[in-house]
Amino acid sequence: MAVAEYEKLPRADVPSPALEKKLHDLWETKPGIFGWIATVDHKEIGIRYLVTAFVFLIAGGIEALVMRLQLAGPNETILTPTEYDQLFSMHGITMIFLYALPVLSGFSNYLFPLLLGSRDMAFPRLNAFSYWTFLASGLFMYSSFLIGSAPNDGWFNYAPYALKPFNPGLNMDFYALGMIFYGISTTVGAANFVVTVMRHRAPGMSINRLPIMIWGTTTISVGLLFANPAVSLAFFLLWMDRQFGTHFYDVAGGGKPLLWQHLFWLFAHPWVYVIVLPAMGIVSDALPVFCRRPLVAYTLVILGTITTMVLGFGVWVHHMFATGIPFLSMSFFSGASFIITIPSAVAVFAWIATIWTGEVVLATPFYFFAAFISMFVIGGVSGVMTASVPADLQLTDTYFVVAHIHYVLIGINLFGVLGGVHFWFPKFTGKMMSEAIGKVSFWLIFVGFNVAFLPMHVTGLLGMPRRIYTYPENVGWTTVNMITTVGAFILASGILVFLVNVVVSRRSGVEAGPNPWDAPTLEWATSSPPPPYNFPVMPAVASRHPLWEDRLDEGTGHSSVLRGLVLDDGKETLATSVLDATPVAILKMPEDDPWPFLVTVALTVGFTGLLIQWWWMGGGAAIAVVIGGIVWLWPRADLGQKAGAAYE
Amino acid sequence: MSARRGAWRVTRGLPRRRARLARLPATAVAMVALPAAARAGTPMYYLKTFGAKGNVSVPLLWGLLGLSVFVILAVSILVVIGIARGRRVRAGPPGMILPVGRSSGAMPWIYGGLVASAVALIGFASWTIAVMATIDQPGRPAAFTIEVTGQQWWWQARYVDPKNPSREFVTANELHIPVGKPVHIKLVSRDVIHSFWVPALSGKTDVIPGQVNETWLEADRKGVYRGQCAEYCGAQHAHMAFRVFADAPDDFAKWWNHELQPAPQPAASAKLVALGEQQFVLRCGACHAVRGTSAGGDRGPDLTHLMDRTSIAAVTLPNTIGHLSGWIADPQQNKPGAKMPNLDISGPELTAIRTYLATLK
Repeated sequence: MAVAEYEKLPRADVPSPALEKKLHDLWETKPGIFGWIATVDHKEIGIRYLVTAFVFLIAGGIEALVMRLQLAGPNETILTPTEYDQLFSMHGITMIFLYALPVLSGFSNYLFPLLLGSRDMAFPRLNAFSYWTFLASGLFMYSSFLIGSAPNDGWFNYAPYALKPFNPGLNMDFYALGMIFYGISTTVGAANFVVTVMRHRAPGMSINRLPIMIWGTTTISVGLLFANPAVSLAFFLLWMDRQFGTHFYDVAGGGKPLLWQHLFWLFAHPWVYVIVLPAMGIVSDALPVFCRRPLVAYTLVILGTITTMVLGFGVWVHHMFATGIPFLSMSFFSGASFIITIPSAVAVFAWIATIWTGEVVLATPFYFFAAFISMFVIGGVSGVMTASVPADLQLTDTYFVVAHIHYVLIGINLFGVLGGVHFWFPKFTGKMMSEAIGKVSFWLIFVGFNVAFLPMHVTGLLGMPRRIYTYPENVGWTTVNMITTVGAFILASGILVFLVNVVVSRRSGVEAGPNPWDAPTLEWATSSPPPPYNFPVMPAVASRHPLWEDRLDEGTGHSSVLRGLVLDDGKETLATSVLDATPVAILKMPEDDPWPFLVTVALTVGFTGLLIQWWWMGGGAAIAVVIGGIVWLWPRADLGQKAGAAYE
Repeated sequence: MSARRGAWRVTRGLPRRRARLARLPATAVAMVALPAAARAGTPMYYLKTFGAKGNVSVPLLWGLLGLSVFVILAVSILVVIGIARGRRVRAGPPGMILPVGRSSGAMPWIYGGLVASAVALIGFASWTIAVMATIDQPGRPAAFTIEVTGQQWWWQARYVDPKNPSREFVTANELHIPVGKPVHIKLVSRDVIHSFWVPALSGKTDVIPGQVNETWLEADRKGVYRGQCAEYCGAQHAHMAFRVFADAPDDFAKWWNHELQPAPQPAASAKLVALGEQQFVLRCGACHAVRGTSAGGDRGPDLTHLMDRTSIAAVTLPNTIGHLSGWIADPQQNKPGAKMPNLDISGPELTAIRTYLATLK
């Protein structure tokens, strides 16, 4: 790791054109196919995450629209039961796994080094690997449509219906292997975020100066490292039951169907926080820019973020209140599910107080963030209702819960994400998004979403169960379902307008300049879009809002973003200490590398071999993965780090 | 068509024997006259109480709903006022320097919000625990047990009188319970997970293979209550409904006694009925039972008193002779994926079988 000797102390200086050219040559991704598959630039990877996640969002959205046509009226026959089951399963899998987290990973990948004043993620090649495995696992699961055997037991995938006697096709094997594959992506991605935030910060960026989005992503990354093993294990055991006749979930052999539910929800309830906390972080960072003041109660909001994640591991049984859990444990989990609301309430009041005590700029991102607050509360209180056991025994598995999860996933995740895209689009592209088209898309999305999903709470109160492919005409569900279908199409048209805005603005938007919103954090201190090396000299910060501190009279010194350490002896960035971010080493960063991609290809071949039970193919691919990993990780002299005693 | 719709209608408030009248369009008129008619269009609604559980849990649900609506309105109004009242900053061209400030006095928002939400949440958590304790067990012991077996995609019900084992019988998809008395329900599954749910009378209890879950029902008003499987269980999850008839205690006792009887022997003169019985045993008896004949299968519903039921195929179709014939001829058309196969029954066979089934009163 760290090499004791160092050659020279880096000098502090202001950027010069010669330095920028040198850094550009050092950091630029090489053009052509090789560069395209070998790039380790976090900004390129971040954009790929965002684009891929939106492609999956569109796929999941189309699945939803087809289902809404089927449910628009009673006894419709647009879809067969089998088709409907595959669609609702893939819709859930797509939105929850292939859209909701990856889109946030896109923001985090792009923004982490920029917000932190660094030049790349801690493990750039691992970063590329996490993207490639996400893409490959997503395509792996989607390829099931090609043979008409998409997963058909919902994203929750309860055993024993998922076992071979009831589900003999490849449907479940696609899902089980796909999720193990996908778990590799989220695990390595999470580890990368955690290490990056601990070691790759601008000098002076102590943990009480981190942007909240950093806190959100870091918190959920730690959470994921604990949650992922449960679900990878659950799916592995399922696959063993299916292929080798083990009896983990199989009653006939003494297995327990509830084992699946415990393992699954132990992962999947924390997952809900995984896909909302970073979105809340986006709002907590970006909303104050449009209120022209720092966020109210920074410390409490962060403590709330962490508390929510920790408590999130203690409430999974509220998905299982109807399974015959003993009274005492239900009381415990019910109480915990009520209490978990309190830290979220802190965030809500912090946002409201920020608006009340600020001066509002009515730009499109602000529209999404302000609407987000109400949507957040609707998704929150309907969640509180399901914390109450007697209420939940009626509400669970009805459309009330479908409405709830969509207020969480669309109201919190998608509204935060869309606001975030409008906010950071200038940084991504150098162009502003059109305000006029932006407001049209906002109103279509806001109205369509609420027309679709607010009445869906009523659908649930009228007793419509989830996951039914049709319903009779005499149960009173016809009108509300028709309203939801209409709303869904309005919502889809809003998303379409948003996409048009992205395309049009990217081509002919107004030039943004480095800091179009006059925002306070480090990503706005560099040009738009940022150069491959992010910052020509390494910034150092002395407050939470480096670009506002003169006006806020904040901090004890001055941040320095225009003058800083020059690191140009190869691809270099700074390592800092965990709590106070004092510089401790200069890190050598890796060059573009095709091995993350090649290892992913080998993994894909291997999982395909396991799927079709060509064991030689799986075994051969496993050997290829090991060889690829060895080549990838082979120690290289040019990555030796220089530890500077002068910094310690 | 109108006859079919009539039979479909949930006829809450009607005694069971009169429920057959529901097959007549005239029922629509009768229902308007009944106070419960408002519910007839929404038989799965659970914000109105019809029994012991609802008496305590429906107020809690309304309380939670009221709190939720209040919080949503309060927050939304605060957001809108916050935007409307404050000073606005007009966005200029990108990059324009805008004012930045840090006015103080914001923290009371946080403390106030924390206290208000903590008080409300602890209050509702306490209310929740109190209601849980009440609905956990019935106020007095149940007189008998119904063992309900969930399976793809129908419900078998075995009535068990703990005092007299000989009074046990099996039926399907339509339960009867006496008004005003708690009934103990034991839930087992023969295949995958299902969930037993009669919204008007009780929340859900999952039906899980390898374990016995228990719940109880008590209706305080006569009527027909719709139930439906609430846990996704495969292709025909959508058509796994059932009905609970709450009868006057006398009617209920009569019904139980009637259900205990085996099916009547075809009269010597009724040649077609006798032929139908023969055909039924041959073609259907491996899966269906009719007590009093040699048809003893238990893969499908017990049909001993089929004509006492208002619906077939787990409330997928009304129990009219037309629908029954269509169902036997082509179950896969009516309920794709159902476990009852298309048997290529010939026209004459079908005529005989349906004539026989019509005698299973």
